[in-house]
Amino acid sequence: MSDEPIISIRGLRKTYRVGDVEVHALRGVDLDVQRGEFVSIVGPSGSGKSTLFHIVGGLTPPTAGAIHMAGQDLLGMTDTQRTNLRKTTVGFVFQKYNLLPTLTARDNIEIARYIAHRPVPADSEFQDILQLLGIDRRLDHKPRALSGGEQQRVAIARAIVNHPAILLADEPTGNLDTENSNAVLALLRDLNRRLGQTILMITHNPEAAAYADRTVRMRDGRIV
Amino acid sequence: MTNKLVFENLKHRPVRTLLSVVAISIQVTMVLALVGLSDGMLNEQARRARGVGADVLIRPPGSALIASGGQMFEKLIPAVIEKQPHVTVAAGTLIFGVDLFNYVTGVDLASFNRLNGGFRFAKGGPFQHPDDVIVDELYASQHKVRVGDSITIMNRPWRVSGIYEPGMLARVVVPLATLQDLTSNTGKVSTIYVKVDDAPNVPGVIAALSGKLSTYKVYSMEDYTTLFSPSNVPMLTQFIGIVIGLGVIVGFLVVFLSMYTAVLERTREIGILKALGASPAFVINILLRETALLAIAGSILGIVLTFGTRVLIQRFAASSLIQAIVPGWWPIAAGIALAGAVLGALYPGLKAARQDAIEALAYE
Repeated sequence: MSDEPIISIRGLRKTYRVGDVEVHALRGVDLDVQRGEFVSIVGPSGSGKSTLFHIVGGLTPPTAGAIHMAGQDLLGMTDTQRTNLRKTTVGFVFQKYNLLPTLTARDNIEIARYIAHRPVPADSEFQDILQLLGIDRRLDHKPRALSGGEQQRVAIARAIVNHPAILLADEPTGNLDTENSNAVLALLRDLNRRLGQTILMITHNPEAAAYADRTVRMRDGRIV
Repeated sequence: MTNKLVFENLKHRPVRTLLSVVAISIQVTMVLALVGLSDGMLNEQARRARGVGADVLIRPPGSALIASGGQMFEKLIPAVIEKQPHVTVAAGTLIFGVDLFNYVTGVDLASFNRLNGGFRFAKGGPFQHPDDVIVDELYASQHKVRVGDSITIMNRPWRVSGIYEPGMLARVVVPLATLQDLTSNTGKVSTIYVKVDDAPNVPGVIAALSGKLSTYKVYSMEDYTTLFSPSNVPMLTQFIGIVIGLGVIVGFLVVFLSMYTAVLERTREIGILKALGASPAFVINILLRETALLAIAGSILGIVLTFGTRVLIQRFAASSLIQAIVPGWWPIAAGIALAGAVLGALYPGLKAARQDAIEALAYE
């Protein structure tokens, strides 16, 4: 395995323009994440952690700096290239689960494979992961018939079904009670330990952050 | 998987889906019913013209296809025509339009009967008095008319002397002389039906009559009935075009509104798809497939509804209106619906494709 970081960020800046006002969301972020590492990013609202999440996930381009992910240079990527990055390199887990309400849990997972032009259904190994996530018997239900914890586990399954290099989780326990939060965090740690899945998790909850190998703190658009 | 998502999306909002399908179907029915009506009524006119049993038909210059108009034939012309070689009978009729769809035809039964053996009466019989009228069974059924009843046509009473089997000449027939006097056309007729002794002589008779009546229109019955098409009825083609145009606009607006609200409602879902790596083309593709399904379902329902409109017309206006079922127009009407629908889906589709994924994911 290469020792090169899977995520390498240097002097990353992001400036939004809101009307005539420039908002400096990131003011020079440096960060390395090693392959197989579970890193949590904590910080108050407005610290820039969501912006960092969006840039790493290829949802928005950076303004300046250097950012390499799994050997790809994100600076100057076109929209199409960032779309491909989301298809192949990253998987997302959101606070509000973000499952498609019209599809069953199984279809929510399989549509990620379909969009990535991968065979549907997923390989038999993935069945073991579904068992590990505890949703293998809930796959034919639509999101409205699933509990919050189950929906988040389906979202995790969807995020990793294409074996992404990096799993990005944005407040994955923000909408869950303590019991389900602990279960989801334990699952993320399990995926990291068993499968070597690289995870970058944003949270403002120190208890959640403690599940990670390393915690990075952000404030005012910088890592502190 | 795309089709599954499309089906599930349509199933997820059943009322909106149903309303869109019904609105598109009305557009399709509108086009098919109009074309069917023009087709059915023109075919019926042609059938009734053939039912007269004549071989040649002569119309005055400037006359419209069905109604009277232009100049009238002078008194003696039918008698003159009858003296031509190979002509066995020449019977004149006068047509008067009561309203847009209904005509009264004046007939001299004595000469008309020599053309074809006369009307076959189901009830009653020929005229007994100048104010008698005979009607066909469809007219009698629709207007609940019986023999001996008095009916008002052209603002005057007529006594029904007979009800005949449909398929010949007209639905309402009055004595020729009476109609001539009422319309200030004493002694004149607007159409002359000519019977020829032998079919091979028909072209010769037409040539001879065309020579003698140079300004008049002389047709073989076969040629005349082929003229009963929308393109030969003034403004009908344009009217059908206008209805088709309205159909496209209705389809466009219905699908535009439906898809626009669908895109707004599904902002977050579009954001999810984009986060999963879906391209703008993938998002547009889903919306266009949904639109195509709505248009196809609307077209099928629209076609089925034309059978319903035909039943309604048969039930309530059988003597005035006839709607044909026009399978040849089904793909055209469906194509019109699809075109309007795809046009309506384009802007919402582009809006969805251009949506910013981060904003879409934050949409409540």
